[in-house]
Amino acid sequence: MCLGVPGRITAIDDAASLSAWVEVAGIRRKVSVACIVDAAHPIEACVGEWVLVHVGFAMSRIDEAEAEATLRVLAEIGELAVEREAMLTTEATA
Amino acid sequence: MTSPMKPLIAPAATSRRSLSATKVTLAHGGGGRAMRDLIDDVFVAAFANPDMGDMDDQARLDLARFTAIGDRLAFTTDGFVVDPVEFPGGDVGKLAVYGTVNDLAVGGARPLHLSCAVIIEEGADVALLRRLAASMRAAADECGVTIVTGDTKVVGRGQADKVFITTAGVGAIPAGRMLGTRRVCAGDAILVNGPIGDHGATIMAARGDMALEADIRSDCRALTPLIEALLAASPDTRFIRDATRGGIASTLSELAGEAGLGIRLEEKAIPVREQVRGICEILGLDPLYLANEGTFIAAVPAEAAAAAVAALRALPGGEGAAVIGRATAERPGGVVLDTVFGGSRIVDMLFGEQLPRIC
Amino acid sequence: MKHADEYRDHDLAKGLAHAVAGQLAALGATEARPIRLMEVCGGHTHAIFRYGLADLLPKSLEFLHGPGCPVCVLPRGRVDDCIAIARHPDVIFATFGDAMRVPGSTRSLLQAKADGADVRMVYSPLDALALARRNPDRRVVFFGLGFETTMPSTALTVLQAEAEGIGNFSILCNHITIIPTLRAILDDPLMELDGFIGPGHVTMIIGTEPYGFIASEYRKPLVVAGFEPLDLLHAIHMILQQKLDGRCEIENQYQRVVPNTGNPVARKAVERVYEPRATSEWRGLGDIALSGVQFRPAYRRFDAEAIFALRGERVADPVECRCGDVLKGLAKPWQCPAFGGACSPEMPLGALMVSSEGACAAYYQYSGLQNSALDAARNKVPA
Repeated sequence: MCLGVPGRITAIDDAASLSAWVEVAGIRRKVSVACIVDAAHPIEACVGEWVLVHVGFAMSRIDEAEAEATLRVLAEIGELAVEREAMLTTEATA
Repeated sequence: MTSPMKPLIAPAATSRRSLSATKVTLAHGGGGRAMRDLIDDVFVAAFANPDMGDMDDQARLDLARFTAIGDRLAFTTDGFVVDPVEFPGGDVGKLAVYGTVNDLAVGGARPLHLSCAVIIEEGADVALLRRLAASMRAAADECGVTIVTGDTKVVGRGQADKVFITTAGVGAIPAGRMLGTRRVCAGDAILVNGPIGDHGATIMAARGDMALEADIRSDCRALTPLIEALLAASPDTRFIRDATRGGIASTLSELAGEAGLGIRLEEKAIPVREQVRGICEILGLDPLYLANEGTFIAAVPAEAAAAAVAALRALPGGEGAAVIGRATAERPGGVVLDTVFGGSRIVDMLFGEQLPRIC
Repeated sequence: MKHADEYRDHDLAKGLAHAVAGQLAALGATEARPIRLMEVCGGHTHAIFRYGLADLLPKSLEFLHGPGCPVCVLPRGRVDDCIAIARHPDVIFATFGDAMRVPGSTRSLLQAKADGADVRMVYSPLDALALARRNPDRRVVFFGLGFETTMPSTALTVLQAEAEGIGNFSILCNHITIIPTLRAILDDPLMELDGFIGPGHVTMIIGTEPYGFIASEYRKPLVVAGFEPLDLLHAIHMILQQKLDGRCEIENQYQRVVPNTGNPVARKAVERVYEPRATSEWRGLGDIALSGVQFRPAYRRFDAEAIFALRGERVADPVECRCGDVLKGLAKPWQCPAFGGACSPEMPLGALMVSSEGACAAYYQYSGLQNSALDAARNKVPA
């Protein structure tokens, strides 16, 4: 359910109706940014941002720092598992 | 309502008629002068070639032309409907020529002649018909085939969608060429001539109802040069089929079923353009099921795979050729995909069209 | 594709799968006594099958495929309502493609279209509103289905229609909410599960707070997850770590997209247009109190239910279907007597065969490499 795809806002289409152009892997579509703008974050600030698009609406801004942090954690978990395995194997052999 | 193109195309009988209308009306299908104007000025003018012959209901073709090529006649027919009728990279006319030429070529035949029957919706633009006829002629010239006989009908508004085209084609198969699912063996390499799904994704974007803008083009093309190159590089090629409706998933399922073998695919080896992937991600579709119009699946002996791919890559439309999997003795009749992620799943034939998966 | 391809990486997957296998062993899970996790969301079900996730994991982990596919849980009577509206000659009925094949009591929207109804597939409710703008002499009705993720889109479209004074646009509201249904599942005495993989995109709107009771009252961990296969593996790892640590918490794996507070702007739009509905029917699960929304009185003029005086007739689920049991993890799809026979993707009988996000369709379409019972069920001759 709730298919969402990451895309980048490339331009404002119509500021009054909170419509912007988003690009997903080179595919362009107009989306509403009504859910991600407020007084602190006007539509102009959205250009260049990565967002999660669902049924023609940008529903969330993607936090690049969090994305990097998640990928780092993923790599660490894998490395740890491999190390632990190696350690156990060494112990077993010893 | 019969309106054979033949009687009207005699080069010497009468001077060619011309059409002044801008929209097709039912009168253009009524068997009278209006119909003759349409056929003469739009279709015969565009297709004109010596093979059209005399004032008869049929084209008469020299058998020697066929026997000079091979020992078997190949004969096929296909109907073409597409919405929109003109799209980036092609139009229904081009599809109608390439599609039938490709159906001959994938059987190893050299295509020679086509027929063309056109069903036109009342109200269709004459300018559109002229563009389609010119496009068909250009495609036929490119493929070295002639359109030698045809027919037109006009139906009421709403009874067809602008233009439907049916083409039939004949060609000859050089002696010794044997292609078919039954020749495929376990261990054979499965290859594709280029990125998949371009046509389906292009049409989906061009239709406009999903309001997606893309710079993609249909892969709509004649496969004859690619297939000739493939057969030269890998004379023992077992099987070739163009993966049109239902995408490569359906073609591979057919192959597995008919050959009684399994097919094992490597997802990361399957070429898909970035924008086609984009459309699939947005709409929740699988590119394996998107239609193609210039993409084929071939099975070749494993040892010939590298040469086959190299030969294809040297030609336009073959730049993205790749080995995407192999035939196996396991799971006969089934197609299994090893995913980019390291898992595997079955690739089944769909019942109907893929629907967007959005909410 | 940025923010997607990174989370499909095979090498990272191997390491993570390795770690998960270690956790399962440490927890003493076995094939006979597996750890059972429910992925609530149909998008997760789809990803599990699409990427063959189970192949990377030991059999001591079992997935229960939850009710989070709005198309799958659409009751038959509701599809009949759609068709009744779509049959009005002046109506353009716009819907997400997903709903087209869902069977009603006698047919689907796809079949109604073949019978002459003007049914159009759209990507966004905004596209349906554009249809209304372009066709002032027609009534355009959008089928508003989906969970909390999709509600803001229809609410904002209604607000847009109001602002523009568009009078020929309405929505048939079938929005449902996941929280009451999770509670209903947890209250089922037959239900045995060890934790939830939480729905990422729903949480992007509602935030993590509404799940609190799952940890505090029912003592189950829930980890909100993204939709890429590595997100799922990561969430599984986080749930199992809670188990190992003896914790029951609501955690968020999908931080890059989901703030813990959700999206207050989107929620405000939803609250302005919709109010809780006393009860909503879910295919396979029956009526669940306060599990859906309806238009507030101030927006009734956009409410297709009010405009078209629907009969709202209820149609019981087909008796042979065991969708409810499959949804609760009490039966595997191939153990249902209808699976592969009376119920297949070509002629879906039960909810879970309708969409590729439904467990039955996913098993039918994608799975069965090492499962002869499933293979046999799939290939049986239709009754």
